[in-house]
Formats: sequence, C-alpha cells, structure tokens
Amino acid sequence: MLSIKNLRASIEGKEILKGVNLEVRAGEVHAIMGPNGTGKSTLASVIAGRDIFEVEEGEVIFKGKNLIGMPVDERANEGIFLGFQYPVEIPGVSMTNFMRTAINEQRKYRGLDSMPAQEFLNRMEEKKRLLEIHSKLANRSVNEGFSGGEKKKNEIFQMAILDPELAILDETDSGLDIDALKIVAHGVNTLRRPDNAIIVITHYQRLLEYIVPDFVHVLFDGRIVRSGGKELAFELEDKGYEWIKEAQV
Amino acid sequence: MYRLNLIQLSVENIFGTMEKENNDILHELTQSEYKYGFYTDIEMDMAPKGLTEDTIRFISARKNEPEWLLEYRLKAFRHWLTMVEPEWAHISYPPIDYQDIIYYAAPKRKKELKSLDEVDPELLETFKKLGISLEEQKRLSGVAVDAVIDSVSVKTTFSETLEKQGIIFCSFSEAVQKVPELVRQYLGTVVPSDDNYFAALNSAVFSDGSFCYIPKGVRCPIELSTYFRINAANTGQFERTLIIGDEGSYVSYMEGCTAPMRDENQLHAAIVEIIALKDAEVKYSTVQNWYPGNKKGEGGVYNFVTKRGICKGTHSKISWTQVETGSAITWKYPSVILMGDHSVGEFYSVAVTNNFQQADTGTKMIHLGKNTRSTIISKGISAGQSNNSYRGLVKMTKRAANSRNFSQCDSLLLGDRCGAHTFPYIKAENKTSIVEHEATTSKISDEQLYYCNQRGISTESAIGLIVNGYAREVLKKLPMEFAVEAQKLLSLSLEGSVG
Repeated sequence: MLSIKNLRASIEGKEILKGVNLEVRAGEVHAIMGPNGTGKSTLASVIAGRDIFEVEEGEVIFKGKNLIGMPVDERANEGIFLGFQYPVEIPGVSMTNFMRTAINEQRKYRGLDSMPAQEFLNRMEEKKRLLEIHSKLANRSVNEGFSGGEKKKNEIFQMAILDPELAILDETDSGLDIDALKIVAHGVNTLRRPDNAIIVITHYQRLLEYIVPDFVHVLFDGRIVRSGGKELAFELEDKGYEWIKEAQV
Repeated sequence: MYRLNLIQLSVENIFGTMEKENNDILHELTQSEYKYGFYTDIEMDMAPKGLTEDTIRFISARKNEPEWLLEYRLKAFRHWLTMVEPEWAHISYPPIDYQDIIYYAAPKRKKELKSLDEVDPELLETFKKLGISLEEQKRLSGVAVDAVIDSVSVKTTFSETLEKQGIIFCSFSEAVQKVPELVRQYLGTVVPSDDNYFAALNSAVFSDGSFCYIPKGVRCPIELSTYFRINAANTGQFERTLIIGDEGSYVSYMEGCTAPMRDENQLHAAIVEIIALKDAEVKYSTVQNWYPGNKKGEGGVYNFVTKRGICKGTHSKISWTQVETGSAITWKYPSVILMGDHSVGEFYSVAVTNNFQQADTGTKMIHLGKNTRSTIISKGISAGQSNNSYRGLVKMTKRAANSRNFSQCDSLLLGDRCGAHTFPYIKAENKTSIVEHEATTSKISDEQLYYCNQRGISTESAIGLIVNGYAREVLKKLPMEFAVEAQKLLSLSLEGSVG
C-alpha cells in the first residue's frame, strides 16, 4: 500500500529525514517510535504532503501512485489521513459542516454523489458513540475550546467518519488520560480491517498495549535504525532510548 | 432584483443619428417646462444627458408628480450645486462627470431571449453556482417564461394578502399617486435633502424605488422583498425607498440582488429612509452584489448610498443587516437615530472586497433618547489588492442617559496585498452611558488551510468554509432564504483569491 524508499527531506536547509525506508501493506499496523526530535512528525508531514518540507531524494509510493509533488488535498482524497499532533482550531466552522464538506469533497474526487444528509447524520452519531463523545460536538466549531484530550479524540472521530485506507496517527496518545486512551484505542481497533493500514507514531510504549502493532520501527536521527515485531516496543520500554543511541555510536 | 437601467445607454447611437431632432427637443425642453409627452417613442423615453433644472422638471413631469415634490427636488438640486463631493472616505476614484449621465430613462423592455442558449455562459455558470433554479435563471437573464411562474402572478397573490391587512407596498412613484400625504409627511425627514452630496443628488433626481407602510399593530406576515417587485418596475440607479412602521407594527424587508449585474454602470446613489414609531420594529436586510469591476479593477459600480432610520417612538427598533460583496466602490453607512426612549438600533455587516474593490462602510448610532441600546457587529473580509474600511460613529448625547452601545469590528485578511482599516468615532456626552468597542484583525493561517487540505478539502472550499464561519454571526441574522444565497455569494466572490 505504502512504499517509502530512501526518503530524504529537509526544512529550511536542515536535513531531517536522512534516508527512510518503509513498507506498509494492507491490514498492517505499524508503530514508529523514537526519542523527540528524530523526525517522526516530519515523516508524517512529508507523507501528508506539507509543503514546508523539501523532499531532496527518494520516493513515496501509495497504491502505485507517486505522492511526491501531489497536493495535500489530493493525497487525502486518495485515502491518506493524518491524525494531527496539534490539531488547529477553526473558529466559526462547525464540526458538522467541516466533516460534511470533507466527506463530500472526497466522494466527489472518487466520482460519487454527495452523501445524503440522513446517512451523514447517522454516521456522525454512530462514530460519536464509538468514541464516547457526549458533548454536542456537531454544533461546536472545529477544535475551538476543546481540551487537549478532546482534540485528540476528535482526530480519531474524524478518522472514523472519513474511513481512510491509510491513517497516520501522530502522537495521538499525548495529552490523553488512561480512560481516554482506552477509548481512542478501542476506536482505532474497531477501524482496523484487512483492507486498510495504520501507522502509529508514539513516544511511549503505553499506547501500544492497547493498539497492538504488527511491526515496530525505531526512528533515530532521520533513519529507521531498528525494525521488529511488537516485542521491540517492550524491549524499548525496558532499556530506554539510550540503548538505541549507544547501539548507534 | 434591481436592474440598473439608467446606464449610459448607447446615447451616442440614439442621438447621434438624430442630432437635429435632439437639438429641437433640447430647445423645446428649455422653452416649455411642463410639456408632456415628448419622447413618445418608447425607445426614446429618456432625458437628455446632463443635469439642469430642466432635467428635474422633465423627470417630475414624466412621473406626473405634484408641485410640492417638484419643489422638493429643485430645492435639493439647488443645494447640491453648492456642495462639493466628499473626500474623507478611504477610497479613490477618478472624478465623476455628472453632466455625462442620463438621469431619466423610462423602463425599457430588454430584448427577450428565446432560450438560455442565448445568455452569456459566464452568467449562467454563476447562476449555477448560486443554485438558482432554471426557471429563475431564465427570468433573471430576461428569457421569456411561462406566465404561471412569472413574478407578476406571485406578486398579485402577495398583494392581496397585504392589502387585507392595510399594508401598502408599492413602487415609490405609485405611492406618490396613491398616498401623497403619507409620502409628503415622511419624505426627507430622516435623510434631509441637503444631508450630503449624494443624498442631495438623489433627492433631486431620484427615479423610483419602494414604498412601504405598515399600519398600527400589524405584523407583516411575509418578508417583503424588492425581489419580486422591481423585476417588473425596473427602478433605476437613483432609488428612493421609504419605509414607515406605524405604532406596534413589525416588518422584515429584504433588498437584494443575487445575480451579478454585467452592466458597466457608473454611479448608483440611493437613499433609504426608515421611520419606526412607538413599539414598531423594522428589519432591513441587504445582499448587495453589484458588478465589482474586472480583475484589473476596470469598470464596476460606484455605490454611494445613504441609508438611515429613525426610532421615533419609545421601545421602537431598527435593525440593519447587510452583506456587501459587489461594487467597485461602496460608500455606505446605514444608521439609526435612537430618538425614542428605550429604542434599539442594530447593525450587522459583512463586507467582502476582492481584486481592486474598495469599501468604506459602517454605521452611525446616534443616541438621543434615554435607555437606548445599540449593537454593531462588523465583519470585513479583504482579499486581492482590495481595501476594506469600517467607519462608525457612536454618539451618546446629553439626554441619552443610561444608554449602551456594543461594537465589534473584525477584519479578516486573505493574502498580504490587501488592506483593512477601522475608524471608530465615539462621542460620549453623558456620564451614565456605556460604550464598548472591540476590534480584531486576523488572517487565515497556513495551518488552518493545511488542516482542511489534509481532510480532502481544497484550498478554495476551505476559504469558503472559514469565511462563512467567520461571518456566521451576521449571516444568521439574515432571513433564511437570503442566508443561503449570501453564503454561496461569499465563497463565490472570493474565488481565486488565494494561490
């Protein structure tokens, strides 16, 4: 589904990704771990297509299409979803309006008619239940006045509504208490299917107790330095990132 | 639906070939002031170019006006001659040659088109984006339509409903004939004929407009709209509107135009006067979408409008809501004079400027009565190389004890070549009143656009979404059917403003 080869990317002349290789197949959950400042969020942004990053070398292929140079909205319409680490507030735009616009633009891209209003509202209700959102979310402006935890929940809520083929969750666990974490993990697990894939970016092993990955990668200094099964996460938890750093030297 | 029909029609063509007759007519005009019926040919039913007392006598005579109204016009004209065009607004435009304008042309039927195929495709595209029905599209673009859905029959049904309740809703000219005493009693009482340069000009040469009277205690059952009426009446660029809400009455009045006018008109100088007597409430909503000129800033309408209401009686209320997206230049300050104690004035505005458009708009809230309240919510949106200014006056006079005003003026900038300006004037002459003013300036951030893009929303749609969200507070004040159109209009007028 996603194939990244020797990806090098920089921001303002500073190289962040220094040759990343990653293969993600349908049905898989990958976890990318690593200490702060090693390029985890940059990798997510580059896959999503944020233009402040310069891709110097390498390729990113999604479902056979080269993503380099493809606009952000087109990538999203192709089925890539990014759960933001810091979701932005959009005052005055209700969640209902935001989601309806998004879903219908994606449908339009795929040559489908707009989703009937009732079907859309049903889906909103269903996903609210899935994520145990009790507030009148639909009428609230996008992320405006949301607590940190609500914002993260809202990202997974949007993922559930949009039902992407590839979801990248960037530090979704940060700022969540244990109850919220369980709810979010339950939501993500419910969305796991043989025909989609999820990349979970996290600093801590904690989230991976609830979203069990098929593969774990350690990103360090712009490169994936270790890959393994879910046991790698436990090893990291035990030994800490220092272990990786030392192994690098 | 307004249609500007007093454009510099191809005068040269009409008059050029008939120069001799034209001279004769001019001669005749100067000799016999009240002579009726020249220009009998429908095609020729217009005043000669230029503005003199004779032009005014001609207009008045054509409309069969009473002597006092002619005098009113002449007095305004004489005063206008002594005035100079205002220069204080934050707008710039080449000088207007007032002698190069035709001040009266009787409604002319536009050439009827047989099908939509004959209509400018760009216009049709806009209609489509606005979601205007096919039948409506035909009507707006002058294609002949089935009589059943023609606006005339719609109007008739409404008129009967209104008449039963004693509501008078007709063209201004009709009102002069039907209820001259009412017109005379109120005309110019809110906007005096010497009020300002453009008001004086309008008072001298106004062509037609709307008149509305709601009797005591009557709540007008429908939203009154110029939309139905003006299609038939074809009022011109110097409109005159007078709305009177008698004691305890209520009316919601909509003025608007949802289709872009392609007419390359120059000057539009209207006056709207509203009188609210004791316990009366008048809501006036505008969606203005005149031709804004092209992307290079050529052409477009100069919209110099004086709108003012007076809350004459106690507990009366006047509310202005406007969505301004059109015109090359907008110069407009819908105001309320709060004379009655406990009266309420409101002003809700969204003004959008794109390309080279200029808007200097705002309001005046003049508090005269005790315990009066006013609210001002102004949302300016600038894009391209446009300039958008809010200019407002809040005045608390000595008598206006315990009065309150709240003003909020927000500006949203798209791109870095446009300008937003706020000029709030506050005059407080008593110690018990409270005046609050809040102002913000913001930009649509790259982060917001990126977030929307990542959900599959194109940049253009994202801007539409954000701008509509930003203006929501004002849009929700509009009557329902208007709000939907206004929303679409906002997105439409900002198309191509980013990227």
